[in-house]
This record gives sequence, structure tokens and C-alpha cells, in this order.
Amino acid sequence: MKYVDEFRDPELIRKTSDEIHRVVDPDYHYRFMEVCGGHTFSIFRFGLQNLLPANIELVHGPGCPVCVLPMGRMDDGLSIARQPGVIFTAFGDVMRVPGRQGTPLELRARGADIRMIYSPLDALKMAIDHPDRQVVLFAIGFETTAPSTALTLLRARERNVSNFFVFSNHVLIIPAIRAILDSPDMRIDGFIGPGHVSTVIGAHPYEFIAKNYGKPVVISGFEPLDLLQSILMLVKQMREGRSEVENQYSRVVPAQGNIPALQAMNEVFEVRPFFEWRGLGFISQSALKLRPEFARWDAEVRFPVEGVRVTDPKAAQCGEVLKGVLKPHQCKLFGKECTPEHPVGALMVSSEGACAAYYHHVHLRQAAGE
Amino acid sequence: MCLAIPGQIVELLDGDHHYAMVDVSGVRRKINIHLLKQEGAHLGDWVLIHVGFAMSKISEEQAAEQLRLLGMSGEADEAMQEVLGYQFGEGNKT
Repeated sequence: MKYVDEFRDPELIRKTSDEIHRVVDPDYHYRFMEVCGGHTFSIFRFGLQNLLPANIELVHGPGCPVCVLPMGRMDDGLSIARQPGVIFTAFGDVMRVPGRQGTPLELRARGADIRMIYSPLDALKMAIDHPDRQVVLFAIGFETTAPSTALTLLRARERNVSNFFVFSNHVLIIPAIRAILDSPDMRIDGFIGPGHVSTVIGAHPYEFIAKNYGKPVVISGFEPLDLLQSILMLVKQMREGRSEVENQYSRVVPAQGNIPALQAMNEVFEVRPFFEWRGLGFISQSALKLRPEFARWDAEVRFPVEGVRVTDPKAAQCGEVLKGVLKPHQCKLFGKECTPEHPVGALMVSSEGACAAYYHHVHLRQAAGE
Repeated sequence: MCLAIPGQIVELLDGDHHYAMVDVSGVRRKINIHLLKQEGAHLGDWVLIHVGFAMSKISEEQAAEQLRLLGMSGEADEAMQEVLGYQFGEGNKT
């Protein structure tokens, strides 16, 4: 309860926490999955598990884009980065994801022109500024980020920029949730729905989880109180024998989603027949590639890649952690060979990855003398 | 990646391309507001920003809360780094 007094409305936090304790079935072990990496980060950062009864287990889902990126995709991207004349651009998180030959940062140290960007529009500007170079955007992210890539491509077409290319690794949250629901070794009682993704896709796409699988879904904001309220809503749904999609984050998430974002995505992208996810394997119709009309800007057309499959380092158990079968600290490498400074697996790279979030949380607590 | 940064629209730029100048904790930066097309963007609106794009409009109170959340979770510096790092607004080429 160490942080509670810093939170907005600590009184309401305590009340919500007390109510969760009051309404749970003490004889049942609840497993709720927070799908979004931003939620994973908040849960660890604010020590929310301490405010929950011992029989509510939070399982950390696949909603961290760099964590679910298979190593083979990273290698394919880096093989493009090594080609002469290429400027390879990526978000900060991607810069430290290891491929077989090292991370983008390490490859840059060996001479490749790899630059960190904060927006897809930065990569487009780089292409306009360097007409003699081929600028490649290593695009990554769920539906939160995909519209930004789509709008950047529409802008590239409008400006007739011919030296800008997108290597799309955009993935879709719904097929990932479906894969988890269909996975025989996973028992999840309910889902904390992602906040930012839902601002784009709305609340309707989750209906099948409630209707066909009988699992409650609550779309949640990111503050401690948001997450606690969402967990309470999930417990209440179960207690009342309901399975519905509820929107705790309705102050930001419109039921219909963001129409201009969905239109831009639809104009630029089509769904891939299948795509490999780290830890979850191949999931059909779970990722986005550029439509043929945008082949001129498609890095996969311009720079054919091997499409290799690379298994993760043997000792690393990223897959089991990603599926919630293992907790981060139960991986043999956790905190030893694999740390945020020297990540072996991608879950240790991003602050949204379960391993990095858990690692920082443990260290914060140690620093606080707990 | 999942950072959502609150900012206030202080200037609407070329209407065709949907850009606006926002103020994030005293730093002014150009962002893209195409995704607000349906809601409409006006001077003084508060928005959540992700990778250079306004994702949604929020209230002033929510913006303050989001800033506090970023501060509490040690992400405020990273958020400012991101906003300062947007290069596409310079030289007005994109």
C-alpha cells in the first residue's frame, strides 16, 4: 500500500480495493489477462497486485509490439539495413531488440546507417531530405500505431516520394486474443481490454469474446484507479454470471472507434494470411501488409527478404512468459544473463514487456528497502 | 511505444494536411491531427498524442491527470524526449 497516498483519490482506491476483496469468491483462483503492454507497465509500476486479493492473478498478455516480434522478422529488417544506400529507421524500443547478428544499435556501431525516430512522419521527412538514399521505416505496433503508418504512406503517395519504404510488422489484437482463447494450455477468466487500441477499433470487436467464449471484457484506462475499477467490474460480471464487453475508459474510447483511423488503415493495408508471433507461433490473419496499390513503397517488394524462422535462444523462455504459463522470474535467464541493459529476449527490452516491468518493479522495491 | 502524451492545440496549421501546433508542458511542436477529423479540432483543445499524431480529444482535467501519471511512473522525461524528437515539423517538408 506504499504508493496509494500519491495516487489521485487514494480514498477511492482503498474503497475499490476493499470492494474487490469483499466480492471475490475466496475459493476460486481468478486469472485475468491484461492484454496491453501499457497496462502491464502500470500494474508493476504501481504495485497494483498488492491491492488485490491473493486469489486474483494477473496474466500479462501479448500487447507489447516488440515482445511479440519474432527474431526472424528482426533479422529480415536488419538485412535490409545492411544494404548500401539504405537509411533504416525505427522507434526507440526496436533499437535494442536482439536479432541473430545483434541489435540495431550494435549493427549501427558496425557502420550501418540506422536512425531512431519518434514518428513515422520523421522517416518520411528523412526520405524527402535525402533523395539519393532509400529510407526504410521498420513499422511496428498494434492498431494504435498502424493508422499513423497508413497516413504517412498516404502522404508519401500524395507527395510522390519514391525513396520511402515501409517494412510492416503491424499486428492486430483481436486474432491474438482469439489464439489465446483457443490455446489449450491457457485458462483466462476475463480480459482487461487495451485502452489506446480501443480508441481506434472501438468496443465492438471484443463482442465475440463475451458472446462466443463467455468471458467478460472490460476496456480500461491506465491509472491505478482505472485498472482496479476494471478488475472489480470483471469480478462482478463473473459473480453475476454475465459475460459482456464493458467500457471503463469511455471518457476516451468511443464505442465505434476512430473512423478516420480505420479508413486510413483500410485504404493502405490488407490482412496477411498468417504471421508469426513470438511465443504464440503462427496466427492466421493477424497482421497487416501493404496493399498491392502501395507496392512502390513496400520494403518487402523493394528489398526481398529471406523470411527466415529463427528460434529464440535456447535457454530463454519468452514464449512461456508471453503466454502467462511462466512468471518472468521463473525463466532461467531472468536477472542473470537477461537484464534490461543486456536483453536476451524481447520481453526484457521494452518497459511494456512483462520481464522488464517485473525487473524494474523488483529493483524499485529493493531500493525502497522492502 | 504506448506512451500517450497530453498536449493543447495552440495553432491550427495548413488545413489540407491536418497539422496543428501543440503545447506540451511548455514545449511547442507540430503534430498531425488527421485522426480528429470526425471530432473536429479547435484552438485550445486538449489531445492525446502518440508517435506524432493526435489520437483523441480529452478534457483539460484528463490531460492534467495523464501528465501526473507520466510523472508518477517515471515516464515524463521519455514523453518530453519523444515530443522534442519529432523532426517532421522542421522545415515544413512533410
